[in-house]
Amino acid sequence: MSKPLKIVVLAKQVPDTRNVGKDAMKADGTVNRAALPAIFNPEDLNALEQALILKDMREGSTVQVLTMGPPRAADILRDAMFRGADGGILLTDRKFAGADTLATSYALSRALVKINPDIIVAGRQAIDGDTAQVGPQVAEKLGLPQVTYAEEIVSLSDDNGEIVIKRRLDHGVEIVSSSLPLVVTVNGSAAECRPQHAKRVMKYKYAKTPSELQEADSDYMNSLCARKEYLNIQEWSVADVDADDNQLGLAGSPTKVKQIENVVFQAKEAKRLTAADNDINDLMVELIVSHTLG
Amino acid sequence: MNNIFVYCEMEGGKIADVSLELMTKGRELADTLGCELEAVVIGNNLEGVDKELARYGADTIWTAEGKELDPYRTLPHSAILCGLFKEEKPQIALMGATPIGRDLGPRVSSALHSGLTADCTSLVIGGHKDNRSGKEYENLLYQIRPAFGGNIIATIINPDCRPQMATVREGVMKKEEAAKPGKGTVKAIDWKKYVNDTDFAVKIIERQMEERKINVKGAPIIIAGGYGMGSKDGFKQLFELADVIGGEVGASRAAVDAGFADHARQIGQTGVTVRPKLYIACGISGQIQHTAGMDGSSMIISINTDPEAPINKIADYAITGDVNDVIPKMIKYYKQNSK
Repeated sequence: MSKPLKIVVLAKQVPDTRNVGKDAMKADGTVNRAALPAIFNPEDLNALEQALILKDMREGSTVQVLTMGPPRAADILRDAMFRGADGGILLTDRKFAGADTLATSYALSRALVKINPDIIVAGRQAIDGDTAQVGPQVAEKLGLPQVTYAEEIVSLSDDNGEIVIKRRLDHGVEIVSSSLPLVVTVNGSAAECRPQHAKRVMKYKYAKTPSELQEADSDYMNSLCARKEYLNIQEWSVADVDADDNQLGLAGSPTKVKQIENVVFQAKEAKRLTAADNDINDLMVELIVSHTLG
Repeated sequence: MNNIFVYCEMEGGKIADVSLELMTKGRELADTLGCELEAVVIGNNLEGVDKELARYGADTIWTAEGKELDPYRTLPHSAILCGLFKEEKPQIALMGATPIGRDLGPRVSSALHSGLTADCTSLVIGGHKDNRSGKEYENLLYQIRPAFGGNIIATIINPDCRPQMATVREGVMKKEEAAKPGKGTVKAIDWKKYVNDTDFAVKIIERQMEERKINVKGAPIIIAGGYGMGSKDGFKQLFELADVIGGEVGASRAAVDAGFADHARQIGQTGVTVRPKLYIACGISGQIQHTAGMDGSSMIISINTDPEAPINKIADYAITGDVNDVIPKMIKYYKQNSK
């Protein structure tokens, strides 16, 4: 009988930068974050699916989702539970704020030391930063090997000694094997995440973090969560993960933002043409004469 | 000491284009700073790379050679780079924002606790004054990149940690041999002292790399189609025009997502960045994510039914009309006038 796996998915709640509407920019040209819906980072959903596939392969395995963010990031933990995760951990503390990828990775690695998983699965990158750095940096902090750009977990040996993973690169594929524990980052080209399951939504819809419970201030909710262990989303602060303040947040971030410029199209007078024959003819003649063509 | 280092990626037995582009930029930065430019190549059969890198301005070429080092694997390459950087203390380290550079860079930056900025579109040397401490810095690397889905451009600095690390996508920087070749001194890295057996924990079982067939990036003329082309069939006339005037066909993300064109043709923030002498944007509205990848084109012609399409703001010629009408006319009048 194969040993069950303790699987952790790293996930992030991100503003949906793909659907930047007209109200996404304020009149002063700054980004209006409030106008952007907060979503489950798309590639982290691909990662969750790979984790759930692994769980299906090994009876008794558990999938925990770990996220760092503000209190409302608990939304994605519930979403993950509706889709098949067993539980969630929200790493939240003002001291984490302003972190670059390195300080973020440090904080996550502290939480992971506490969890001690067999495998850590994360999305390749988050759409608000597109850096793809946190996965490898977490791996380095934990001293674990990494497999990035994963598209599919091909197999896992019976003794959990060897995992085989297909990587999707820009110009090809690579099949690699590794021992566990391991950090895997998953591409958007991997299998889509399974949808929320109605029964799971019923089961987990009242899952709450301690702060949310406090805010709800409801005897019913309190007794419900006290009776049902699985409804408790864990909430960890800096103290809970025994992290060094100097390596957190702004202070722990080697990179600093010197300047932010909002993208404004430079107005340049375009020569206006119509689709009429003489317009196109003149244009082609001009391009040929100027040696732009031919 | 405190020089600029470029990690040079090997691709099919040659130095990857993106690495040569970084050498070109690295040479420029080194001249600004008055320091030297050093290249690091890790792989197997590295014969001849030193000559090429010297032409691109390398003063020193560090080589780590061994059959275990090819193809690229994370742990041995990062162990070698970390070991070398600890001894040589570069002030700046650059690598390609490729599957290799984006796998290696964060690992190295984490181990050295140095800052890394991904996917920079511009690298410039400049000063900085920290408002809180009042401390002034000279000659920092400004790492400039779009963020937040391309809605903002951020300038990132690493005031206190070294090396200042940055990755840059292929095609973003120009590739040009140095006006004066570098010294080209070759130094072999005694890499086995940096690498442990456990660094080979990940094994490559199988590898299938495709030849790059579509080369949008290198094309001097690009005819790009957007979602407005309507279908895969609609793209056919773009290929026809490309054939007649000698160009390559590109596509916007929307067109690629809709299945009108192959991903290899995608231009923009999540695709390739191009700077052709002529860019013809057909049925492309011109979202910033797209224009970020083509606004360096020498000349831009847009064809769009919407006279207010954002693309027209960066176009040199804005043709208001239906592509199905305009493209055949372009082909016709090019043929009529070109001989």
